[in-house]
Amino acid sequence: MTAFSNQSLMRNKYYSWIIKNLFSSWVNSLMTVVAIIFIYEVGTFFLNWAIFGADFRTNFRGELITDRTLCSKNISPGEFGACWAIIYARWDQFMYGFYPIEQVWRVNFVYVLLPLAIIGILFDKLPFRKYFIYFTFIYPFLAYFMLYGGPGLSVVGTNKWGGLLVTLFLGVTGIGLAFPLSIVLALGRRSKMPIVKSLCVVFIEFIRGVPLITLLFTANVMLPLFLPDGVNPDNLLRALVAVTLFQSAYMAEAIRGGLQAIPRGQIEAAQSLGLNYWQTTRKIILPQALKIAIPPIVNTCIGLFKDTSLVLIIGLFDLLGIGRAALADMTWTKLYYEVYVFISLVFFIFCFGMSRYSLYLEKKLKTDNS
Amino acid sequence: MESYFVRKLIFDEKSRSLLIQTLVIGLFALFIYLIAQQTAYNLEKRGISSGFDFLNISAGYDISIRLIPFTSEDTHLRAYFVGLLNTLMIAVCGCFLATIMGFLVGVIRLSSNWLFRNIAYVYVEFTRNVPVLLQIILYYSILLHLPKIKQAIEIFDGFFLTNRGFFTPSPIFKEGFSIVLCSFIVAIIVSIFIKRILKKKQEQTGKQYPIFYINSALIILTPILFYYIMGRPLEFDTPVLKGFNFKGGMVIRPEFLGMLFGLSIYTAAFISETVRSGIIAVSKGQREASQALGLKNNLVMRLIVIPQALRVIIPPLTSQYLNLTKNSSLGIAIGYADLVHGFGGISLNQTGRAIEIMLMVMLTYLTISLTISLFMNIYNKSVQFKGNA
Repeated sequence: MTAFSNQSLMRNKYYSWIIKNLFSSWVNSLMTVVAIIFIYEVGTFFLNWAIFGADFRTNFRGELITDRTLCSKNISPGEFGACWAIIYARWDQFMYGFYPIEQVWRVNFVYVLLPLAIIGILFDKLPFRKYFIYFTFIYPFLAYFMLYGGPGLSVVGTNKWGGLLVTLFLGVTGIGLAFPLSIVLALGRRSKMPIVKSLCVVFIEFIRGVPLITLLFTANVMLPLFLPDGVNPDNLLRALVAVTLFQSAYMAEAIRGGLQAIPRGQIEAAQSLGLNYWQTTRKIILPQALKIAIPPIVNTCIGLFKDTSLVLIIGLFDLLGIGRAALADMTWTKLYYEVYVFISLVFFIFCFGMSRYSLYLEKKLKTDNS
Repeated sequence: MESYFVRKLIFDEKSRSLLIQTLVIGLFALFIYLIAQQTAYNLEKRGISSGFDFLNISAGYDISIRLIPFTSEDTHLRAYFVGLLNTLMIAVCGCFLATIMGFLVGVIRLSSNWLFRNIAYVYVEFTRNVPVLLQIILYYSILLHLPKIKQAIEIFDGFFLTNRGFFTPSPIFKEGFSIVLCSFIVAIIVSIFIKRILKKKQEQTGKQYPIFYINSALIILTPILFYYIMGRPLEFDTPVLKGFNFKGGMVIRPEFLGMLFGLSIYTAAFISETVRSGIIAVSKGQREASQALGLKNNLVMRLIVIPQALRVIIPPLTSQYLNLTKNSSLGIAIGYADLVHGFGGISLNQTGRAIEIMLMVMLTYLTISLTISLFMNIYNKSVQFKGNA
């Protein structure tokens, strides 16, 4: 009887899953208990801090929080929850920096169109993909016009840009500009011409050997020295130069990996058909190499997106810079955890999304090739 | 004749590549020349002098975290070395801690317990998708929010956690301690010999010896024995609260701890992924074969899986060490006095020699990076397949 009921229980797939993954031996059971206690302690603490015990717009008395002294935890010593009011109060700065508030619709416009500009590159089986790709090429000019201004729109200098706008601007533009440059560098590194090859190798290895912060410093301090009098790029542009060069070196290495994975026979077959170097490269090698290289390229993009936070050190106000500025303000000072947790969450959403996409591509490549 | 020459340039591969390379090098030289000329002009116009003579001028600022003595009268060159040592210190400590944490998390990620596996997974995803700079700043502000010195938390006897750093007892080496140290080193050397001899014997006779226990006992007991023979030549200076500060002992500053936690927690997430994939890469057959030979689980891990996994792990591990070292330059955000903060920041502002200083800083990082890759490549070669595989 017992043997029978055991068997029927074992047939239950949930039961067997639990046994296998949580209670397979006494060590495993002990680990399960420890893990449950750990999750319970950490989870309840965090949820109480972030949600159940937290102030959002109002404190426990129901007053609207306009500065830190009105946070529940600063009124009553028993309260310890987060005070998210700082995020509400600084929301515009987090999203747009110091962009004039009546012009913010322009930034929103650019934000809304960004997914449309990217989606064509991301998914190759998208219906009407051709038109999305066309839009991808129009988008940078449109975005520049909308953000900076021009005929019909008032000019908003880049010193007014900040928050997510700067983070996304540096990330997206840096990746976009670095991409063609990195293809040139990767091809140059595989070139048979010794001078071209060594120039590319030295450039790539130099950039990869130094920290981004030194490149940002160099661009910030030395770019004005290198250029003639009339040309004086603003801070954001200088950071963009550094970020682009940095990203292109890393991306070039990712692309080189793709190039190396192309079998020699492909090149020989193309040559025997009478294609010259550029035809071979453009029609045969690059399409295949880039396809293989996309997952590592996306990984370098995640790295770059995180690294844009470094620009705060040269005085730009990206998300983290805006956060620190908010904390430096006497009305909101000391709400460190709220600000940093919020910014972490924003970065996490973007980077985690990109890494999921990279995984999806890797899986797709595997099934495509087999 | 002329047209033949032109045609050869365009259609002959060798002459064409020569032409292209001449063009490239010409353009490159022109580019360098234009920049150099413009820079010289700009420097002259702004009245900035150049050269490395500033290295001998006294720096005029103080560095709180230092491994070698430094005062504000010391030169910029010395400030450079103080910064370099601080960079190396955080890089070495960070790599060490990150490796331990990374291996631990990587093994937990493969644990048979579903909950442990996923706790490690959540840790990895959350730490590697958030900028390391943000993490450094976050941990630093947590450290700054520890209790003030008056209300210091005492974790063990003589260890205090405060918002001004972590106060610990400092060792005082008295006469005769060097002998204890020597005995320790001799014990290690002797244990290596013992291991060799016993291994040889084992190969000849097939009898197994408890090499590990013999050697551990030797390495641990010898220095302890000499410690008591020499009359206990080691004392600890415990920090004592006097007035507003601690007297005695030593302090690990929050800047250092913030950097250490930020860098190692971030890098450990990446290392754990390489460790995990390295262990997965060892084929199941290897494990089953060694179990069939009757090896115990820990021996399977130590003798079969780990040595093969290392071959896969070492190359990405190298690049993680390089990343950590480069990320140590972020100390400037929280005031950790590394190369970029002290020499590359304050010295640069004081002397205005941007080109020279940035060049020195960049070349230093380049040298560190190349040295790390060199040593890791040597190590990598030693763990790769030997023979004709």
